Amino acid sequence: MSDAHTGAGSSLGTGLPGVPPDLSGRSRPGERAIQAVLFTSALVSVAITVGIVVALVRPVVDFFADVPFGDFFALEGDLAVVPLVAATFVVTAIAMLVAVPLGLGAAMYLSEYASPRVRKVLKPTVELLAGVPSVVYGFFALAFVTPTLLQKILNLEVGFTNALAAGLVLGVMIIPTIASLAEDAMAAVPQAMRQGSLAMGANRMQTTLRVVFPAALSGIAAAVVLGLSRAVGETMIVALAAGARKNLSIDPREGMQTMTGFIAQTAGGENPVGSTSYNMLFAVGLLLFVITLIINIISISIVRRFRQVY
Amino acid sequence: MSSVAARTARDLTRITTGRSRDRTPGSLIFLGGLWFSLFFGVMVLIVLIVTTAIDGAPRFDGALFTAYDSTLAPERTGFRAGILGSIWLMFTTAVLAVPLGIAAALYLEEFADNGRWYNRFIEVNLQNLAAVPSVVYGLLAVAVMALMGFERKGIVLGGAIALAMLILPVIIITTREAVRAVPTEIRHGSLALGATVLQTTWRQTLPSAVPGIATGTILGLSRAIGEAAPLLLIGLAGAVRFDPAGIFSPVTALPIQIYSMTSQSQEAYQQAASAAIIVLLVMILSLNALAIFIRNKFQRSW
Repeated sequence: MSDAHTGAGSSLGTGLPGVPPDLSGRSRPGERAIQAVLFTSALVSVAITVGIVVALVRPVVDFFADVPFGDFFALEGDLAVVPLVAATFVVTAIAMLVAVPLGLGAAMYLSEYASPRVRKVLKPTVELLAGVPSVVYGFFALAFVTPTLLQKILNLEVGFTNALAAGLVLGVMIIPTIASLAEDAMAAVPQAMRQGSLAMGANRMQTTLRVVFPAALSGIAAAVVLGLSRAVGETMIVALAAGARKNLSIDPREGMQTMTGFIAQTAGGENPVGSTSYNMLFAVGLLLFVITLIINIISISIVRRFRQVY
Repeated sequence: MSSVAARTARDLTRITTGRSRDRTPGSLIFLGGLWFSLFFGVMVLIVLIVTTAIDGAPRFDGALFTAYDSTLAPERTGFRAGILGSIWLMFTTAVLAVPLGIAAALYLEEFADNGRWYNRFIEVNLQNLAAVPSVVYGLLAVAVMALMGFERKGIVLGGAIALAMLILPVIIITTREAVRAVPTEIRHGSLALGATVLQTTWRQTLPSAVPGIATGTILGLSRAIGEAAPLLLIGLAGAVRFDPAGIFSPVTALPIQIYSMTSQSQEAYQQAASAAIIVLLVMILSLNALAIFIRNKFQRSW
């Protein structure tokens, strides 16, 4: 021990035998300052969260000074938010119906069947889907999925904008979110559990479904919940393809305006700062933030509570 | 789910060769389902690119890159302002977000004491920020610009503030992973030679983590360049007919131009939007390719 310290202190001239090394340590005000700068940078992320809450709450307070709560949480009317929430629910449900089975299927293949070399190529390919901008997906839903796939090939009577096309494309967009995180969770299941299952005579499918899948369930649930939060918050696809009119309906063939669609379409229009319609933007934004915050907290706590440590 | 007992020699051979149990109809259907889920997304991507390229084919001309948005001659409308605007936004975003993100990641990874409640709080907060919808960042950026006293918010700085806040969590998370991948022995060696924690971080850990940080940063920026929702909220308009001249200059972005053209019904605008989508995808794919190149070329495995 003392040898190491002598070596470390040699530049200070304490390397002479018999002279005890100076272990007090130089005070380094510069280092403290830089550490403080680094800490401040980390605090910026907290400042952003606080900023979001403050930025959203202030206009919302103004909004509810003009508008009674009942008008906002009403089923219909210019200021009603319920149709927007219902439309978000419909589109998100369709997206999850697409993304959960496909995402988990892709994850199972990547984790349990693919060789490491194949996985190295296929995983980035699947993740590429998440790299496509959402405005491009929105255009695709509007220019291909609705007119060609739904109207011509499947012969459905759908509107120019409809929840079905938006939901399907949104589902494709969140496949990689679910696939990637679920694959991580399944890859973390120890090899010994698979070997045990195979040694008992189970085949790969049984091992995957009855051993690996349950063992990774907490991670998979977190992946699905995170995908849900992405779907709720996605904007450009629904702004382009889901519709621009409030419509309290659960028929996915109709056009309907979602929460994020409302925010994007209202922001694109002319709204003077401080007007009721401008403040409503923030009211819907706050509701959206709260909904996704709750979903995220559920996701984080699922991982915390049910994580199996192997 | 065939019976386990081997009655005949043929059954026995099947079991000893091992793979037989993965060839039952149920297993094969299951495997087919997995293959389908894996390639469904890729098929969608191919259909998307091919149909868009066909739609936009008549517009792959010089005017697409050199002309401004035109309402008089929609068939000659161009994306010069959007392409330059996106590049300006990307660099300004990088200047704002990258140093901040790296500093925060270094603090959390190298200096923070995880036992302290405030460090744990920063962690949870970061996980949560990464999943906040991008429109919400747009609303926040509007408030920040109002606080800084800007009358006109659809400028380079406004867009870059929104995008920087959006990709900050991405940069912090990827930088932390890159820093964590540097082996502890390197730090121990440096500390044993008498370097302080800061010197170790600055001279050993950070340089070793640069390829990983660069990869993460480029991927974050490629997300920023395709993002339209926060820019729409900050008030970037589709029709800007001049080049950006500085960070206070009004600006548009390629995704915003695509959005505003998609909302118009004229055939010529749809063609132009399709062509612009291909341009945007090429920009994003080249950023991704660059990130993968850096990772494969420079990343060391210890």
